Amino acid sequence: MTDASSLTTSSRNAGFAQVDPRAPRFGAGITAVLLAAIIVLGPTSPVGLALLVVQTLAFAAGSLIGLQAQPWGIVYRTFVRPRLGPPAELEDARPPRFAQTVGLVFALAGLAGFVFSLPVLFFIAVAFALVAALLNAIFDFCLGCEVYLLGKRLFGARAARAAS
Amino acid sequence: MGWWILGGALLVALAFGGYRRLTDGRSRAVAGDSKPRLDAVRLGDVLGTEATFVQFSSAVCAPCRATHRLLTEVTRADPAVAHIDIDAEARLDLVDEFGIMRTPTVLLLDAGGVVRHRIVGAPRRADVVEALRQVTHSAAA
Repeated sequence: MTDASSLTTSSRNAGFAQVDPRAPRFGAGITAVLLAAIIVLGPTSPVGLALLVVQTLAFAAGSLIGLQAQPWGIVYRTFVRPRLGPPAELEDARPPRFAQTVGLVFALAGLAGFVFSLPVLFFIAVAFALVAALLNAIFDFCLGCEVYLLGKRLFGARAARAAS
Repeated sequence: MGWWILGGALLVALAFGGYRRLTDGRSRAVAGDSKPRLDAVRLGDVLGTEATFVQFSSAVCAPCRATHRLLTEVTRADPAVAHIDIDAEARLDLVDEFGIMRTPTVLLLDAGGVVRHRIVGAPRRADVVEALRQVTHSAAA
């Protein structure tokens, strides 16, 4: 128990995928622009639906396959990074990948709102995703830091109740 | 309709992000008479003889690594000050007990294991140094 709990974060992170920290932030910028357009186009626009499908697939690639498959990350690596040069340091890929998963959940909720003609669901889900993307792009906000532990606490509390 | 929601989302993001930029990583002294405490048995690690930084981290938290580096650097010079990095997920008992809402959260314990300061978000170096000075200074007095 002592060994497991006193392991440092950095040693736990050894061997996990690494990412240029500017890539997720750049991707969040593209995501924010798309989500803003989707909100303005509204819950009945076919163009908006097409954009929302594209963004949902982008989240799905980043979440389910990994950041190396995230389309905006590929755009960054192909067109932006060659102009910037190498990053000062690499970052653990798990926090931004977790953010992609959260984005995927909201994008799917937004899609459901569109498909089932529930405009309130559509606007709330896409607006939440937009706020998260803006915070990430502008403030380098870490979504995993905010919601991961809360989720664990809720889930852990429920599991404990079920066990008792 | 869409434009209003877009404007609202922008405002919320700027207000929340700006608020965080101002308050994140600030050290707050723990007030009240019944300050919670932690001992070596529960932490599974040895406390510093003068002070201990207890850091709660998680795998999906990028600033936790910078926090780890900062606290390692600050404590390296003084063998009487310890730094313990805890995986919050593995210690949900402590997370519940101390009301940890997000990572990184740092608790600064004095020589007796009493929680004296609390820093939520990636700590600022000046705040860390000042909080440590207060704790070790009052221990010497």
